[in-house]
Amino acid sequence: MSFIIDYYNYWIVVFLMMAGFYIVISANNLVKKIVGLNIFQTSVFMMYISIGKVSDGSAPIVADGITTYSNPLPHVLILTAIVVGVATTSVGLALIVRIKKAYGTVEENEFKDKEDLI
Amino acid sequence: MFELHAPVLPIILPLMAAPLCIILAKRQLAWLFATLVSALSFCVSVSLLLTTLDQGVVSYALGGWQPPWGIEIRIDVASALVLTVVTAISSLVLVYAKESIEKEISQDRHTLFYTAHLLCLAGLSGILSTGDAFNLFVFLEISSLATYTLISLASDKRALIAAFRYLIMGTIGATFILIGVGMMYMKTGTLNMMDLAARIAEFDGNRTLNTGLAFIMVGVSIKLALFPLHMWLPPAYTHAPSAVTAFLASTATKVAVYVMVRFIFTIYGADYVFNTMSMDIILLVLAVVAIFKCSYVAIVQNNVKTVLAYSSVAQIGYMVLGISLVSAAGLMAGLLHIFNHALMKGALFMAVGAVLLRTGSVDIRAFKGLGRQMPFTMAAFTIAGLSIIGVPLTAGFISKWFLVSAALEQQQWLVAFFVLVGSLFAIVYIGRIIEAAYFKKAEQGVDIKEAPMLMLIPMWILVIANIYFGIDTSLSVGAAEAAAQWLTNSAAVVEATP
Repeated sequence: MSFIIDYYNYWIVVFLMMAGFYIVISANNLVKKIVGLNIFQTSVFMMYISIGKVSDGSAPIVADGITTYSNPLPHVLILTAIVVGVATTSVGLALIVRIKKAYGTVEENEFKDKEDLI
Repeated sequence: MFELHAPVLPIILPLMAAPLCIILAKRQLAWLFATLVSALSFCVSVSLLLTTLDQGVVSYALGGWQPPWGIEIRIDVASALVLTVVTAISSLVLVYAKESIEKEISQDRHTLFYTAHLLCLAGLSGILSTGDAFNLFVFLEISSLATYTLISLASDKRALIAAFRYLIMGTIGATFILIGVGMMYMKTGTLNMMDLAARIAEFDGNRTLNTGLAFIMVGVSIKLALFPLHMWLPPAYTHAPSAVTAFLASTATKVAVYVMVRFIFTIYGADYVFNTMSMDIILLVLAVVAIFKCSYVAIVQNNVKTVLAYSSVAQIGYMVLGISLVSAAGLMAGLLHIFNHALMKGALFMAVGAVLLRTGSVDIRAFKGLGRQMPFTMAAFTIAGLSIIGVPLTAGFISKWFLVSAALEQQQWLVAFFVLVGSLFAIVYIGRIIEAAYFKKAEQGVDIKEAPMLMLIPMWILVIANIYFGIDTSLSVGAAEAAAQWLTNSAAVVEATP
């Protein structure tokens, strides 16, 4: 039991990862796919933040009376990864806007020449 | 000054040039500027290749922060070789693009095309020269995001869906790599590749590291379109503008193969990946199936771009096959095929782009009688096609020769047999197109002109390179051999440096 409780953050990560991945695969609506992709990526961000946590450590900001800090490097890395994620989301949404203009729908099963896509 | 900062220039030049391209706004000016920047990167890459062949490795500490704390740019022979190919193809494609995109991309988007192309080039160069696992992920995403944009620029609306699917698949692949890198960091506390290699060698079969390796291999396999994770590639290549397809087919997937080589040989070590984790069997089987299945699928397609796209997946099979043979000879054949395949696929897609410009179609029926109407284009197509098949005196023959002899060296008769069967399939799918071009009559009353000079010149440079590297192999084979030696010995190097 303590195995589950002690590592609760990793369980959340695994759950979010699977949920996001499932949405990406199963969703028919392109916007929902992007949402699923975001959930999937967010789980990875949480994994990184968990790695950087030092027990009893505070946030990696210098302050009086604090001697133990969490590892700042994962925070910095994930800041970069969040930016990448935002960029991916915006490119994806921009593509959806153009798909909507071209096809009149964002539901994947309603594309007419889907068969031509090999 | 130049010598000192040369390792970082192939990344910085296109990255800084991209926003300038938008400011220039005039499309002729943007074209000229982008081509010059790309050519300059090529010159720097060649000088880097010569330096690395001489010294072995060039290390550059970004911002003066020494590795392993700072971010390191680290170029060895393998990276310099692929970097030279990528920048050379990029320069040729940009020359070619001016006429090619005229018909395929609406005029107000031409500057954006050059911008995205430069960003993609910056990302690819970054992947090749970085010595930091996390930076590799960031550069991978820069190049991928630019690629999605490039594909969606096509006026064909199916390109949008192809780009969207590629975005979904590519992001999942990149996120898998991110998870894997996180797990490596979790265990070792470092991101510098050399440092990682040294610390991973100390662990003996740790579960977190194994999981990380599995995530990375799957992620990279999506990026390099290894069978059965290749489903994004054929639609993306088919519907993208011709210039984009020529660029991506000869660079993007090759760079992903390079990433796989980097993770296997530099970071985890070939011994660990192949002996402890037995990944060679998995890769070998997938590569052989890719060669067989995708060559077969290529035969039954009618859209010539799709034929060549499936052929690309099969050719990636050859490269992965070389890696999975677990020998210096196999790795060298794989690296050599990265180089040679870029030359032939670039030329083939350029020729198809020229046909698309003049006939408005890439269906195999549009090729009827083109042998007479577009003699230079079809001659280029034929020679590059012979190279794909692996006819002697072309570059394709050289890489297949080394691949088959590497397989025979290990008594893998079946593997050698499948490589040859793949070539037979290539005769069929290339032969169908050549047959339509030379032995079928053109439809009456249709007058088709030869492709414009600006498209023929880069196409023929690649074709001549195909023949040149099929006869004089001292440069290509020499560099691939040095790179393979360097990579297989890197485990020993790690132990030597404390």
